[in-house]
Amino acid sequence: MASSAAIARGGQPVVDARDLRIWYGSERGPVKAVDEVSFDLAKGEILGLVGESGCGKSTLGRGLLGLLPPGTAMDGALLFEGEDLLSVPRKQMLARRGAELGMIFQEPLTRLNPLMRISQHFEETLRTHEKGISKDEVRERALRVLRVMGIPPTRYRSYPHEFSGGMRQRLMIALALVLRPSFVVADEPTTALDVLVEAQIIRILHDLRREFETSLLLITHNLGIVAEACDRVAVMYAGKIVELGDAREVFARPKHPYTRELLRSTISLRTTGLNYIPGAPPDLVEPPPACHFHPRCPDAMQICATKAPLEQTEASGTKVQCWAADLAAGRVELGDDERAPLVREEISVADEA
Amino acid sequence: MELDDLEVHYQLSSGLLGRLFGLGTSTVKAVDGVNISLRKGEVLGVVGESGSGKTTLGRALLGLAPATGGSITYRDKDGAAHDVASMRGAGLRRLRTDVQMVFQDPHAALNPTMTIETAVGHPLRIHGLAKGEQLHRRVASALERVGLSPAEQFLGKYPSDLSGGQKQRAVIARAIILDPDVLVADEPVSMLDMSVRAKILELMLELKRELGLTYVYITHDLATAKFFCDRIAIMYLGRVVEIGPTAEIFSEPRHPYTRALLQAIPEPDPDRMVPRDLPRGEIADAAVPPLGCHFHPRCPAAVANCGWESRDLRVLLEQHWTRTDPEVYEDEKALVGDLDHLDEPALEARLGDGGTAERVHRILDEIRAENPDEPTWHGVEALDEQADGLHVRFRPGEDPGLRRAGGVEVACVLYPPEGGAGGAGAGGNGGGVPPNSGQ
Repeated sequence: MASSAAIARGGQPVVDARDLRIWYGSERGPVKAVDEVSFDLAKGEILGLVGESGCGKSTLGRGLLGLLPPGTAMDGALLFEGEDLLSVPRKQMLARRGAELGMIFQEPLTRLNPLMRISQHFEETLRTHEKGISKDEVRERALRVLRVMGIPPTRYRSYPHEFSGGMRQRLMIALALVLRPSFVVADEPTTALDVLVEAQIIRILHDLRREFETSLLLITHNLGIVAEACDRVAVMYAGKIVELGDAREVFARPKHPYTRELLRSTISLRTTGLNYIPGAPPDLVEPPPACHFHPRCPDAMQICATKAPLEQTEASGTKVQCWAADLAAGRVELGDDERAPLVREEISVADEA
Repeated sequence: MELDDLEVHYQLSSGLLGRLFGLGTSTVKAVDGVNISLRKGEVLGVVGESGSGKTTLGRALLGLAPATGGSITYRDKDGAAHDVASMRGAGLRRLRTDVQMVFQDPHAALNPTMTIETAVGHPLRIHGLAKGEQLHRRVASALERVGLSPAEQFLGKYPSDLSGGQKQRAVIARAIILDPDVLVADEPVSMLDMSVRAKILELMLELKRELGLTYVYITHDLATAKFFCDRIAIMYLGRVVEIGPTAEIFSEPRHPYTRALLQAIPEPDPDRMVPRDLPRGEIADAAVPPLGCHFHPRCPAAVANCGWESRDLRVLLEQHWTRTDPEVYEDEKALVGDLDHLDEPALEARLGDGGTAERVHRILDEIRAENPDEPTWHGVEALDEQADGLHVRFRPGEDPGLRRAGGVEVACVLYPPEGGAGGAGAGGNGGGVPPNSGQ
């Protein structure tokens, strides 16, 4: 199913994750941070990954690059340009990170060495992966990518502290892209920035494919950013992707109640009333049985608490894991007792995120 | 509360040698001549980017940041007026039973070694207002009031046991336990998840109704401000650039900065695309703000008398070089020479030397031809080829003060003062009080 969608978008997917699971140990048992997640990314495509804090989106992003701390386990299949990254030895992964797989972090200042000029950052990055590259070539390639980021060549020999916050994030993007990786994970790249600068960076990310043909996984909690910059969106809840589809389609016609409620609780300029999702995201050691969202879901039925919904594809191409969506689309027939509204305990106001 | 020409300036010194020789000290004008009057029972939004001085303004209201000029007058419950800026010790402590603050980061605002009961009850103990059983009762009732109920369940907990939203509720409980009149809330929801923000804002509105509070809501987020505030003051580099009723600020934003902020908010709207005509660059260094209108270097609507100067010329050249081929850049850079001297703000700038003046002139003409609408050119009065290089002369700019426009006040040369009174200097206008508003 996943691969057929990718072919529709043209050719082999750059990244193809199937039934990916990531878990790590805690005092109380394994934390299932990512639980059977499948998605793919076409060349030059931007996929937005959204969800509340603690839903596993950052863990997934790092897992894709093999950046998980020791003691973390991962299984399933992760195909990168057709090759399974999970079976690549650690040492080889090291060589690929940067060259083929890039990462853009949230706090640019903590990722740049304050004692090194920008030119030295580029020299280090390029020489790690392409030994023997000449200084002139480093300069030429660095200036080319800096130009795309709107950083003037006069600043090539400056130090990180001489740049403003937005410029530093542009530098980070430039450093990630100078090696021309085919896949980049950007984890909350604009969270620390002001609105106007954030909008500038989003525009840069949106325009990247014109210059670099990079596929981008954009992790964010801001639905507005996804709507403006991404082609498709994956909505994550308690370690699972509950809805995945064309960004415009998902925002116009959300199929999963979680997506719908998340959109409703976002305060935007068109907000006229306050909405929120009661309760908090679950503990990932012992998530609620069946559909993880059922304790907070306004549409929950009896079946939602007993049987997990399967991933289904809507007519629009959106993939969704939800009994209510299945029922609405006529994909399943449920008995009266299965579709009876779920009687839930009252969620106290204080029991929240 | 009235703010009259409030200034909070910080001295910067450039290290030991600078201090020894009295060199290189400069002043950061964090808050630079702000006039606002806060009416009882209203929610005033103070909106701006980081570095706009909004947080310093909020801290000044509590006497946490020293006012270096102007005054803050606070009228207490009995109608007596106090000057916050001159308060010390006991006076300040008394003020803080009336004016309280909710901080941005709930994780940092609570002492990790104090239980919620100790933390929330702390103000009562400091001010000697309650102890023993009474203290316990008042803490429990404050917790219930902010939705942390049953209170018994939370009293003995430590901040690390609570979620972000719960911590912020505890911080709010601590702020209201002294029964204050004014609450200064500095980005109270920006660290919280989207799904919780609405709940905390709702709680704050509820408390306002029940306790008759007045809020100063400091934020960078116009979307929550639109929902939450009665009046909004937009700040940029220490000054209020637009102030007025929320409805009008949003239906008819006047200052180009306000318009840009509105345009830049990412909306979860499937029909919207990435905005293209955003202001360039970032907020300037408050130690050496741009001449004229502080926003002019980023302003898409800037005109001739906005205060163009040498630093804008540098940006113009550098931006041009991000678009040219590397070889062109090398050639042009060699002709134009070093740009660092342009960083000293001046109305006249020299590029190149005697031998290159003519060619530098040609480069500038080419840049101008590439994009004739570039606002900087409005401010260029003359290009003069002289014996020591090309002299670029700028038109002297105007530093626009707040002036009335419709139902708001705005500091922008595009809105000439009514009655043609000429350009009022910063803060030369009566301040943020509409003439027909009852106090």
